[in-house]
Amino acid sequence: MSAPAMGTSKTAHTDSSNKKKKGPGTLAIAYLVIYNVVMTAGWLVIAVGLVRAYLARGSYHGLYYSIEKPLKFFQTGALLEILHCAVGIVPSSVVLTGFQVMSRVFLTWAVTHSVREVQSEDSVLLFVVAWTVTEIIRYSFYTFSLLNHLPYLIKWARYTFFVVLYPMGVAGELLTIYAALPYVQKTGLYSITLPNNYNFSFDYHTFLILIMHHVFSKLFPQLYFHMIRQRKKVLGHVEEYSKVE
Amino acid sequence: MKHYEVEILDAKTKDKLCFLDKVEPNATIGEIKSMFHKSHPQWYPARQSIRLDPKGKSLKDEDVLQYLPVGTTATFYFRDLGAQISWVTVFLTEYAGPLLIYLMFYFRVPFIYASKYDFTTSKHWVVHLACMCHSFHYVKRLLETLFVHRFSHGTMPLRNIFKNCTYYWGFAAWMAYYINHPLYTPPIYGEQQIRLALIVFLFCQIGNFSIHIALRNLRPPGSKTRKIPYPTKNPFTWIFLLVSCPNYTYELGSWLGFTLMTQCLPVAAFTLVGFIQMTVWAKGKHRSYLKEFRDYPTLRSPILPFIL
Repeated sequence: MSAPAMGTSKTAHTDSSNKKKKGPGTLAIAYLVIYNVVMTAGWLVIAVGLVRAYLARGSYHGLYYSIEKPLKFFQTGALLEILHCAVGIVPSSVVLTGFQVMSRVFLTWAVTHSVREVQSEDSVLLFVVAWTVTEIIRYSFYTFSLLNHLPYLIKWARYTFFVVLYPMGVAGELLTIYAALPYVQKTGLYSITLPNNYNFSFDYHTFLILIMHHVFSKLFPQLYFHMIRQRKKVLGHVEEYSKVE
Repeated sequence: MKHYEVEILDAKTKDKLCFLDKVEPNATIGEIKSMFHKSHPQWYPARQSIRLDPKGKSLKDEDVLQYLPVGTTATFYFRDLGAQISWVTVFLTEYAGPLLIYLMFYFRVPFIYASKYDFTTSKHWVVHLACMCHSFHYVKRLLETLFVHRFSHGTMPLRNIFKNCTYYWGFAAWMAYYINHPLYTPPIYGEQQIRLALIVFLFCQIGNFSIHIALRNLRPPGSKTRKIPYPTKNPFTWIFLLVSCPNYTYELGSWLGFTLMTQCLPVAAFTLVGFIQMTVWAKGKHRSYLKEFRDYPTLRSPILPFIL
């Protein structure tokens, strides 16, 4: 959903030869910087697109259509991050990253793109805004970290904005799936019924309901409170310094 | 005879948990675990991991004190393995589930299918055959657990029973739902396909059982010795020439047979997942055979001859 994995590679090694391979090489770092810069730019384009469309129309309804293509492109592009973990140039878990990216891609393609009727829903704007702000901060965070020059403001933003953005994003996502349900049921989208030669069935409508339950009851609370604990760990020392004064 | 002193420290906190004096030099780790259990009744021997080094490997119950690299005051480190449950209990529970669950679907117990189908039977004879094969398979597993297998480890962590039962019971329900469904479609090539599938299934069931018997006979009752398995007079064991874990090979074959027999995608999925897990286990076992026995036959592969 809205808050991807924490791991960032800080280039700690000053060794010229990477014989011990305890982190990405210089080429990998250069690639990652480019990747993260491109992604930051991409999501900025989406942000600007949203603002311009809002100003042009005078309302916040139906803004999805103005940023549909860059949203699909850059959100799907995030699949590369799974590759980064698999190859080892980013020290995050493949499973965790895969899970987070796939959930975004699922919402983008298997819900919003596939069920045209929900594209004009306001809930779509809710998660698109949440994603946009989150990703701009997240990708700049990675860019600066890789360059070993992380402004405290970005770090603070990364570990603070989620408090509002994460519930906002999840709410937008759940409301969008909920809005899609009647259309999925009516058209039997992505569903297989019996009888058939493979003796298998799949009801996309039920599947979406189960996903909503899982996200709301288990996934979201778990991840949200994990991030809150992370926040205390990463930003916690600030309070100690201010106490000393 | 000089006696040893044994102190047991917590592997994480290094706190002194127990001090035993006048320990016989020929005392085993198992006996030391029993003594430790007396002073800490909540840590029964099965959940104790005793090691020489806080981060090292667990010592075996059979290890004898005087042959360990320790002085006359021996220091051991203890880690709690958590609540344990016996392998036999886990196996019996995880196998009894599929047996009973499948039968519930077969007899079309109420609330599974539309009520007009309650307690009806399928009109396809392959469905009856499939039920017999599935039930036979799990009855065989239960009996083998009780009378054939000789386990190296007595126990496993308690949480495994929940994980394992979810897997076995969940898949059994998923398969059984479709095979016994009123709208089930029999195999596309009909009788030919079913007959071939049955032959494969039975062949592999006998094969799997033969391997279990051969492995049992490698190990005297109550012992935990490990020996290289070799082909016996039973032709079903000749596969040992090519494979380290033919029990898994035959198990895969059985489920491929069942997949062919039922032509059911969930069965294929179960076969695939099982194959992946068994391959992981087979590779591990193959590796430990190679490590332990220098004369281990080089022609053998872990699970699939020449391939995997």
